Amino acid sequence: MKRKVLSAILIAAMTLSLAACGSKEAPADTAAPAEDAAPAAGDEEEPAPAGDAGSGDLITVGYAQVGAESDWRTANTESFKSTFTEENGYKLIFDDAQQKQENQIKAIRSFIQQEVDYIVVAPVVETGWETVLEEAKEAGIPVILSDRMMDVSDDSLFEAWVGGNFVKEGETCGDWLAEYLEAAGRGEEEINMVTIQGTIGASAQVGRTEGMANKLAEHSNWKMLEMQSGEFTQAKGQEVMESFLKSYDDIDVVICENDNEAFGAIDAIKAAGKTCGPDGDIIVVSFDSVKAAFESMIAGDLNATFECNPLHGPRVAEIIQKLEAGETVDKIQYVDEAYFDTSMDLEAILAERAY
Amino acid sequence: MNKTLKSITSKRLFLPVFCLALVLLINLFTRPDFFSIEIRDGILYGFLIDIINRASELVILAVGMTLVVSASAGTDISVGAIMAVSAAVCCNVLTGGERAATAYSNPLILGFLAAVLVGTVIGCFNGVLVAKLNIQPMVATLIMFTAGRGIAQLITDGQITYVRVESYKTLGSSFPGFPVPAPFIVSLVVVLLTAVLLKKTALGMYIQSVGINKKASSLTGIKAVLIIFLTYAYCGFCSGLSGLIASSRIYSADANNIGLNMELDAILAVAIGGNSLGGGRFSIAGSVIGAYTIQALTTTLYAMHVSSDQIPVYKAVVVVVIVTLQSPGFARWRKALAQKKAGRVTGKEAA
Repeated sequence: MKRKVLSAILIAAMTLSLAACGSKEAPADTAAPAEDAAPAAGDEEEPAPAGDAGSGDLITVGYAQVGAESDWRTANTESFKSTFTEENGYKLIFDDAQQKQENQIKAIRSFIQQEVDYIVVAPVVETGWETVLEEAKEAGIPVILSDRMMDVSDDSLFEAWVGGNFVKEGETCGDWLAEYLEAAGRGEEEINMVTIQGTIGASAQVGRTEGMANKLAEHSNWKMLEMQSGEFTQAKGQEVMESFLKSYDDIDVVICENDNEAFGAIDAIKAAGKTCGPDGDIIVVSFDSVKAAFESMIAGDLNATFECNPLHGPRVAEIIQKLEAGETVDKIQYVDEAYFDTSMDLEAILAERAY
Repeated sequence: MNKTLKSITSKRLFLPVFCLALVLLINLFTRPDFFSIEIRDGILYGFLIDIINRASELVILAVGMTLVVSASAGTDISVGAIMAVSAAVCCNVLTGGERAATAYSNPLILGFLAAVLVGTVIGCFNGVLVAKLNIQPMVATLIMFTAGRGIAQLITDGQITYVRVESYKTLGSSFPGFPVPAPFIVSLVVVLLTAVLLKKTALGMYIQSVGINKKASSLTGIKAVLIIFLTYAYCGFCSGLSGLIASSRIYSADANNIGLNMELDAILAVAIGGNSLGGGRFSIAGSVIGAYTIQALTTTLYAMHVSSDQIPVYKAVVVVVIVTLQSPGFARWRKALAQKKAGRVTGKEAA
């Protein structure tokens, strides 16, 4: 009896989890029927998806996305969905890997089976891709990488990489700071800085720290008091800033390697009875430029934010068009990235911002 | 003199307290100002305050975890995920389904109740799996550990949900006109209520006896299944409450990061507190001290300016030392050493 109940519950749990997966993918997946049908259909029906891909003369693109981890990721997904539409001559097969590499590898294999024309991958991690990329190469399907890089011994395994230049973002931050301090008449003054780093080892952390370090070397009057990881979260950013404020009395600049850390740092600064922002004691700058960062700048807490552009779709489409025309493309392609500070018309920018 | 020393060192809580003191003492040499506390803007300010403030969520989790460990000889690994779900539910109720709101769409108390209720319901779910269906605790709670963050993502559409209302920040900062951090007060209330509940009723004894021998307890008339179920439900309640505090601190629900890896810290707190993970006898005070030790370590490493890539190494070393100090193997070795010494002394006297 007990066993029966147990098995009944297990079966219920399994169906539930299946249903949950299904419902999660459904809204995200415009080309769901084709993708769902393919693995179930087996060998006999395999030509079907390829056939219907050819019917409308659409270019079929499979996109293996990391998952929905942040606003940035959502904007990145949206960018692909709005670029690779049927009106533009594409058919997008979208796969949400829920932050798991094995799901992405499965997705790439299913793209190969469905004989898509191009595979786009935003890898979860950098390593462990050689085998599946070789399979794609054998099938003659070009692979384009978005956002993170893959660490492969043979870089002919992928056609191109599209992403942000984190080192340049760090340098832009340094340049902005130099200009801002100059304008405030503090160009020669001794400036004390602290950095709330991202998760140690993440490419955004490594690049932004390096870019800022390059600029730090150019200014002898800038002093980096301490760098500590806030793990890209608001809670940790707050905790680390609390500690910085107790250790140093005269912090002039706080550099946060993402926006969320800055929100935490701002709370900590206020709790310690200090002020920040354009009219405050402490200058706070951050990276990524999510919507909430604009709200923080409008509120007068944050000084500037340096963009990490998630709109990779158009650039990938450009690469695909070039490849279709038989042209060669550059292996490394950076997307354009801007910065925003409180001197701009932030309300207007925020109103039309996609992410 | 020797006797009083011995009676102190043989106290159950001696080792956990000793370890906490040891971690704090490091600061005496590296940062003498570590122990200074001042009042700034009507709120207590200082490293020690940071410790008692930041450890609050962990303290509450550790209380629930202690009972679970004691009664079922297993751990609830879903507490971190439950925190994320309860935070997501609370913020979603308060924003009325929006991803950011500057005014409540529902009364604050409704959000709080929903969050705590959801935590308790998930705890009950775990309780049924473990107590009624006899699934191993690790496996049973693995379900919510895996699914919890997914549920939280689903509730918040995978985005961080902000509640930008001043009063929502109260629980994570301080009550107006009261200098002690609010999270600390909440955790204090939870600890005291739990202690009173366990001491004033036979519940504490029931939990221990079920943990020591479930079958024998059942034979004496204790409803073992109910007791185990209750501990999981209570652990869920604690997780929900602690998710609420974590959410209030950042006035938002971050499904990916709220309570991340907290289940491991909660288990560690129970272990550092001198409780056996094999169930049975337990000490809530021990677990609470364990939780403060973990936070004291983090805050100390920040205060010592240890760089972020080295922090995990230092933490690992300290945890290894603490756990070794408290291990039965080490105790046996110490006893053997003491006996040898005593033997030598008596030998000398005889000569």
